[in-house]
Amino acid sequence: MDPRDAMDRRDLAWYVDRVAQALVFVGGISAIIFILGIFVFVTKEGLDFVLGSLNLGEFFTSIAWRPTSNNPTYGALALMVGTASVTGFAMLFSVPLSLGAALYIGEFATGKTREALKILVEMLAAIPSVVWGFVGMSIMNPLIIETFDVPVGLGVLNAGLILGLMAAPIMTTIAEDALKAVPDTYREAAEALGATRWEVILKVVIPASKNGLLAAVLLGVGRGFGETMAVLMASGHAINLPTSPFDSVRALTATIAAELGDTVYGSSHYGALFTLGIFLFLVTFIVNLTADVVVRGIRKK
Amino acid sequence: MVDGLPASATAGVLAAATTAGGVASPLYGEPPIIEVRDLTISYDGQPALRDISLDIFRHEIFGIIGPANSGKTSFLRTLNRMDGFNPGMDVRGSIRLNGKDINDWRNVYALRSRIGVVFPLPVGLPLTVYDNVAFSPRLRGIRRKADLDEVVERCLTRAALWDEVKDRLDSLGSLLSGGQQQRLTIARALSQEPELLLLDEFSIAVDPVTTMRIEDVLRELRSELTIVLVTNLVQQARRLADRTAFFLMGEMVDIGATEDLFEGRVRDERTTGYIEGRFG
Ligand SMILES: Nc1ncnc2c1ncn2[C@@H]1O[C@H](COP(=O)(O)OP(=O)(O)OP(=O)(O)O)[C@@H](O)[C@H]1O
Ligand SMILES: [Mg+2]
Repeated sequence: MDPRDAMDRRDLAWYVDRVAQALVFVGGISAIIFILGIFVFVTKEGLDFVLGSLNLGEFFTSIAWRPTSNNPTYGALALMVGTASVTGFAMLFSVPLSLGAALYIGEFATGKTREALKILVEMLAAIPSVVWGFVGMSIMNPLIIETFDVPVGLGVLNAGLILGLMAAPIMTTIAEDALKAVPDTYREAAEALGATRWEVILKVVIPASKNGLLAAVLLGVGRGFGETMAVLMASGHAINLPTSPFDSVRALTATIAAELGDTVYGSSHYGALFTLGIFLFLVTFIVNLTADVVVRGIRKK
Repeated sequence: MVDGLPASATAGVLAAATTAGGVASPLYGEPPIIEVRDLTISYDGQPALRDISLDIFRHEIFGIIGPANSGKTSFLRTLNRMDGFNPGMDVRGSIRLNGKDINDWRNVYALRSRIGVVFPLPVGLPLTVYDNVAFSPRLRGIRRKADLDEVVERCLTRAALWDEVKDRLDSLGSLLSGGQQQRLTIARALSQEPELLLLDEFSIAVDPVTTMRIEDVLRELRSELTIVLVTNLVQQARRLADRTAFFLMGEMVDIGATEDLFEGRVRDERTTGYIEGRFG
């Protein structure tokens, strides 16, 4: 037999490799197609309204969201501010909390403590959002009323706390993965130079894992933006430009969820809700894109 | 008692021969920098090193040779208390640095900062070339750019790397070639201004020419500090070490002046066997 035949032979491993490549390709492509498909669908549903009756100035600057009035107006400013304030408030305490938890689990805890904490965090991530909403309504609400002596406990503070707690487990998990991806040899080398544990974390581990940590934070922001049910329940769902953390607000997502069922297919209210969807989509996209650019910039440097 | 001093030293001839450049030969007449007594190291109950006692003197290059698994790396790691990283690692016996038990140092970081370590495979921190070398000086509190520049240039020069990297100090250390990275870690160890330098098979990833250059550097450094050199190249030990210990399967089979071991004046025939490449 010509020994060169061996290099041409299509044996089982060759076919397995081919099939595996094809499957992975289909899997990867279909994920992209689904996302594109959703984007196309949302855009298509909202497009007629955007091109037809939408008043862009009103949409971005007015707080008058009156889709069911005889003379409907679609000012989404209060909804945008509502989403932004709740998400911002959530991140304000959730980011330090999560990064701290990740540092503790990843860098300090050992053995059983560490395993127990990881399981606990993953369990927290599995709590359904309606349960969180329930916590916001029936536990946080009276707590806030009592503690701060305010008439209503449903608002930015409540929804922000709930959202922060909801986003914390996933941020913690991703951040901890990022820390774990830093090879131990770095830590050993830095400690051998006489760096303390804290100096090692600050000067070696965090810089080496900053991309992953940033990804964790962004995932948290995305979670905050997209969360619907808990925010609907804990925010008070009142159209309002908040001036204090105790004010009730209404979020973009909650508006879509609460109103879409009552709209007539193809009506301008229906189109307006999809326009909110497009807006959410675009904001998420821009946040991710910016993060990507920032991360690339860091990496190049 | 002290093992394996060269004949001249045990005869008590040695006074510190100080020259303008520093100390020219090991200070066998003075108290040792490192005193190891009855050191036993085990991992999860499995002994890796048994009952080692030895002294290392100032300004000597102390070689440790031995086949894989003989416990050389374990020994080095205990010297600067790197065993703290491994909960399964158990260390018995005593190690004294400058007469003080290393476990009595309350501040383990201060201890480590006085001991430079070079690992078998270069571990560049994920930083630029400059920041790698400036890392330890910054920990010591050196802030001024000019001072840092001076330390970085001096250490890189001594590690025989300056000429190759002086134009790319701001690129990542990990982008250097393997041999360059190893010299970077040597420069980094020197930037600690250590009194003790631990080298663990530093030449694994380095080409022969560079290895020779680093060996020259080590010979010069001997006048300033003490070096413990673990190597699996017996000829490297012969070229560099004043005294050499032979570790085998967790035991210190032999220790003595390097010349003695290499000329067959051994306590144990296995030493000669290993040096001549008959096993290991
Ligand atoms: N982290 C560890 N956990 C468990 N056992 C270990 C660990 N490190 C070393 N050992 C064991 O200790 C013994 C000695 O290992 P050591 O690394 O000290 O040998 P060495 O002489 O440096 O070998 P080499 O020349 O291959 O580097 C080996 O049997 C090894 O399996
Ligand atoms: Mg080793």
